[in-house]
Amino acid sequence: MTDNGGKNHLLEALHIVKTFGSLRANDDVSLFVRPSEIHALLGENGAGKSTLVKIIYGALQPTAGELRWHGAPVTIASPAAARKLGIGMVFQHFSLFEALSVAENIALALPGAFDIAALSQKISRISKEYGLPLEPSAIVGDLSVGERQRIEIIRCLLQEPKLLIMDEPTAVLTPQEADQLFLVLERLAKEGCSILYISHRLEEVKRLCQSATILRQGKVVACVDPRQETAASLARLMVGGDIHVVRAKAKSQSGKPRLVLDKVALKQDGPFGVSLRDISLAVAGGEVVAIAGVAGNGQSELFDAISGEKLLAREEALVIDGKPCGRRGITERRKMGAAFVPEERLGHGAVPAFRLSENVILTRYASDKNLTKSGTIGRDAALGVSERVIKSFDVRKGKPDPEARALSGGNLQKFVVGRELDRNPAVLIVNQPTWGVDAGAAATIRQALVDLARGGAAVLVISQDLDEIFEIADRIAVISRGQLSEAYPASDLTAEKIGLLMAGEHEVKEERHAARA
Amino acid sequence: MPLVLEKRAERSTRMALLSPVIAIALTLITGAVLFAIRGIDPLHGLYVYFVEPLTLMWSVEQLIVKATPLVLIGVGLAVCYTANVWNIGAEGQFTMGAIFGGMIPVLFPAWQSPLTLITMLLFGIAGGMGWAAIPAWLKTRFNANEILTSLMLVYVAQLLLDWLVRGPWRDPQGFNFPKTITFDGWQLLPMLSGSIHLGALFALVAALILAFVMARMLKGFEIRVSGNAPRAGRFAGFSRPRTIMFCFLLSGGLAGLAGITEVASVVAQLQPQISPGYGFTAIIVAFLGRLNPIGAIFAGLMLALSYLGGEAAQVSLGLSDRIAKVFQGILLFYILACDTLILYRFRWLKTQVSATVQPAE
Repeated sequence: MTDNGGKNHLLEALHIVKTFGSLRANDDVSLFVRPSEIHALLGENGAGKSTLVKIIYGALQPTAGELRWHGAPVTIASPAAARKLGIGMVFQHFSLFEALSVAENIALALPGAFDIAALSQKISRISKEYGLPLEPSAIVGDLSVGERQRIEIIRCLLQEPKLLIMDEPTAVLTPQEADQLFLVLERLAKEGCSILYISHRLEEVKRLCQSATILRQGKVVACVDPRQETAASLARLMVGGDIHVVRAKAKSQSGKPRLVLDKVALKQDGPFGVSLRDISLAVAGGEVVAIAGVAGNGQSELFDAISGEKLLAREEALVIDGKPCGRRGITERRKMGAAFVPEERLGHGAVPAFRLSENVILTRYASDKNLTKSGTIGRDAALGVSERVIKSFDVRKGKPDPEARALSGGNLQKFVVGRELDRNPAVLIVNQPTWGVDAGAAATIRQALVDLARGGAAVLVISQDLDEIFEIADRIAVISRGQLSEAYPASDLTAEKIGLLMAGEHEVKEERHAARA
Repeated sequence: MPLVLEKRAERSTRMALLSPVIAIALTLITGAVLFAIRGIDPLHGLYVYFVEPLTLMWSVEQLIVKATPLVLIGVGLAVCYTANVWNIGAEGQFTMGAIFGGMIPVLFPAWQSPLTLITMLLFGIAGGMGWAAIPAWLKTRFNANEILTSLMLVYVAQLLLDWLVRGPWRDPQGFNFPKTITFDGWQLLPMLSGSIHLGALFALVAALILAFVMARMLKGFEIRVSGNAPRAGRFAGFSRPRTIMFCFLLSGGLAGLAGITEVASVVAQLQPQISPGYGFTAIIVAFLGRLNPIGAIFAGLMLALSYLGGEAAQVSLGLSDRIAKVFQGILLFYILACDTLILYRFRWLKTQVSATVQPAE
């Protein structure tokens, strides 16, 4: 560790302990951030990154330990106090008012009375200076996720921070947008603002950061220079063992199409929804097809349309194993051999207050004959299935049959995916299979998806994670503003090409429609 | 040392059972304070209100008679509220049940056969269901707030009853009193023992059946999912509109049955006042009973006691009979407050923190 007296550190967190009940989220964690450096905080989900950062940002108080700012001990009682010291934070999930303009949103976050005109000028100036194009009078509801992130960054920059905390900033960006963000961050660091960069994308960290503190299960396991490490060695530190690499890439001869979408169209639901237009795709048995795209481009609408939570206008728009079923509900589609895993685990894929065995019944009561007997629930059968899933997917839990909400995100995701795979479905549609899941669980889930496909099923994965897509997909299509590109073989695509598609290269423009009509 | 509420990882089963007990204890304490303010010895007041009614055979029977409609309605509402469907208009469905069932003896006073009673009961159920179907339909079709529509329909039903018994259905030999003819023979429910009528058995059976449905049957599972996580319900293939309609029809039908059993036993005729607010009190029954049909039986008895106690307090303490409503309101207030403890726990924060930068020594 590079602890040398402390005087030349901007921020020191010394022996921080934070307990929640019996859980030690941070166990004697020390972190040192030098001026002008980009410092990575690496770790799996649940490693204690967010807890540590919340303590630094004043949102949580440590159970024990000390924070030092420029070498002097400080107590940071609230985020406001942190901002006063010069600590800014860009959260992963933005808190913006969609109906207000950029300037109004920023004004709301600043202390004291405000003058929109003067503020707008300031925003324009900073946005030009740092290459963060942003129009102060634009309404937030009309902006892309990348643009919204710029608002948050500018909001922090206005307060001239000395330390900027970025929580998983690239999770929602296209590769091009991410590249642009890196330039801004590097420039900020050069000008003297330290950056604490939270991520589990190792390539990014290697490229951007000068030092990295790696957490595992609430403890610091290493403090390294990521530029001297390989992605594999960083991953090993994070997970505490070699990450299992998904294999069995050799694709079997493609079988007959088992899932066919034919010009699927769906009107948007509410002002912030996305309309699906003319989506066609065929997934054959034996292959994994992935749909890439930036969040909010129609992924959840597409999932609802395929799962049958929203019915389609034409029966032929969706064909499962040769049988048209566009106007049939989700239960009938399940009976035809389809299985679904939605993005949101709690409240959509599982009922938070229900036990795992009850959550087995949720999606399988119609397709598994032994789970119901003349209207009554087969509780023993459900418990049996639940235990089988828990065993084969290594779901870790505190008690025998816990409520779904008591599980960590990764474990619940393994359960929700495992519950469907255990049926051995003919067609599987998964939305964000490893969203917010640690690397170990992600590898297990990805391997299971590939294995299912190799066994003859058609697997459709909707994901924002390009690494994941390249790891498992045979063919890749990109969704943007409710339109789906052609599905290209994964080997023909580069991240750059996908980036262009994400930005809407394939979209059919209105004018061309008009010209043809 | 500030006191904070901290979220629990899982719901506490212990607190789910303890919460009503704590609520009852707090209600008694508040009651004692109220008695003291009115210059009544608190212990004597509580004794007269909550204990004395249980010491006489006569009043124990009355307790069961009063608990009967409360449990019948309460179990239906428990199912409704589990599904996150807010039927607040059971009092109106109760009234419509009484009107529809009571129509038979009023219009065919000479019809005397076991079929008369069966027809009355079926009409009563249909009346309650029909009345409940209105807010359910408005909810599913127009997304109208069912709390408001079901509540407003209570007053419509009560005014309809008022008009009927003062106008077309008034007993010609009733000296112009706003009453229908008195029911008789097969127009009344058979007695089980003393003043306890067959309705008590209906309440018990309804509670047992619904307890089984909710705990063991797919229908109950569907209702619980729908109330707990509607998105997951849709994902499971359960239709939310169907659940809303089912819950309203079920609770409305049971409230209607309670209405007709009440007028075919205790009241024995139709008149403007047929209920001391059973439909509203049953809301408390449902919550006090933990939205569990078996729990509703005990809660129904508890709230029946609050009615009897109110009468006793009126007679021997000289308090207004509104005191019963006061106790019921306090009880509901405390239950809802105590239920917070199922998902949260109290904790004392130890250190007071400040936003100061101390210079290094």
